[in-house]
Amino acid sequence: MLQGITSEAFILGCSAIGAGLAMIAGIGPGIGQGHAAGQAAAAVGRQPEAQADITRTMLLGQAVAETTGIYGLVIAIILLFVRPLLTAYLGL
Amino acid sequence: MVNNSLKKIGVIFLELLIRIAGREIIVPDTIVNVWIVVILLILFTFVVNSKIKKANAKEIPSNFLNIVELLVEASEGLVKTTMGPQNMSFSPYILTLIVFLLVANLFGLLGFSPPTSDYSVTFSLALITFVLTQYWKFKNSGNLFSYLKGYTEPMALLTPLNIIGDLANPISLSFRLFGNVMSGGIIMALIYEGAGFVAPVIAAPLHTYFDVFSGVLQTFIFTMLSMIFIGGREA
Repeated sequence: MLQGITSEAFILGCSAIGAGLAMIAGIGPGIGQGHAAGQAAAAVGRQPEAQADITRTMLLGQAVAETTGIYGLVIAIILLFVRPLLTAYLGL
Repeated sequence: MVNNSLKKIGVIFLELLIRIAGREIIVPDTIVNVWIVVILLILFTFVVNSKIKKANAKEIPSNFLNIVELLVEASEGLVKTTMGPQNMSFSPYILTLIVFLLVANLFGLLGFSPPTSDYSVTFSLALITFVLTQYWKFKNSGNLFSYLKGYTEPMALLTPLNIIGDLANPISLSFRLFGNVMSGGIIMALIYEGAGFVAPVIAAPLHTYFDVFSGVLQTFIFTMLSMIFIGGREA
């Protein structure tokens, strides 16, 4: 089954699979940001007059929670567009 | 990276080719766009400067000066509430960050590739914040010994963790901005490629989200986190 495949095509395919696996990291920030938004909505319900402060704190916390997802995204982008494994194999 | 698909959809590319001592150096379009933004902002400061010098303090200021005053007062209020009144000297840096990042993120709407989708731009901005953070920490702790002693808090065993935690700040700060702007650009390029004739209809609301909303939000978050890092609180 694998006989007709060149090494370059195999490396490219594995890079694409790796990029897809790296994006599983998006689950964590999704849950975290949703939790933060839900808590902020509850806080606004309790204290509508503090809405500006609550929104600012929520956005800041969500930005920090997003970091791990962004790391996964950067790795996926590097695997897809920079292709370090292929250049390492070709010895460039 | 995604240059080929971007070229097809009509993104403006301004690349420079510099020859130094027989070697060719390609300056990518994002770096050229940074210089366009910088030159535009410098021209803007000259206009503001000359208008303020001509303005009469007893008269009502013009609309243009009103908006500039509004911007300066808003940034000073933001610095005051976030960093405290003792750190008001950082207000010019924060305003510069806000204006530069806002113009740079919204530059994609004009058909250029946004300057912040280049990692060197965001990393240099984060390095400025990092140097300011360490300098301010050093200045506040007085001498070198108490500055280094700050890393052994709360116990000596945690020193490597404190150092790694400090070094991770500029990396996470720059990757956050870069990843958001870059991924927005890639998704827009994919949509222009895939949608074909209906792309102008679909793309307009998506530009509102990826360029306007995301750009303004990332500007706010970058400046907010810079203020918190420099102010010395953990985040």
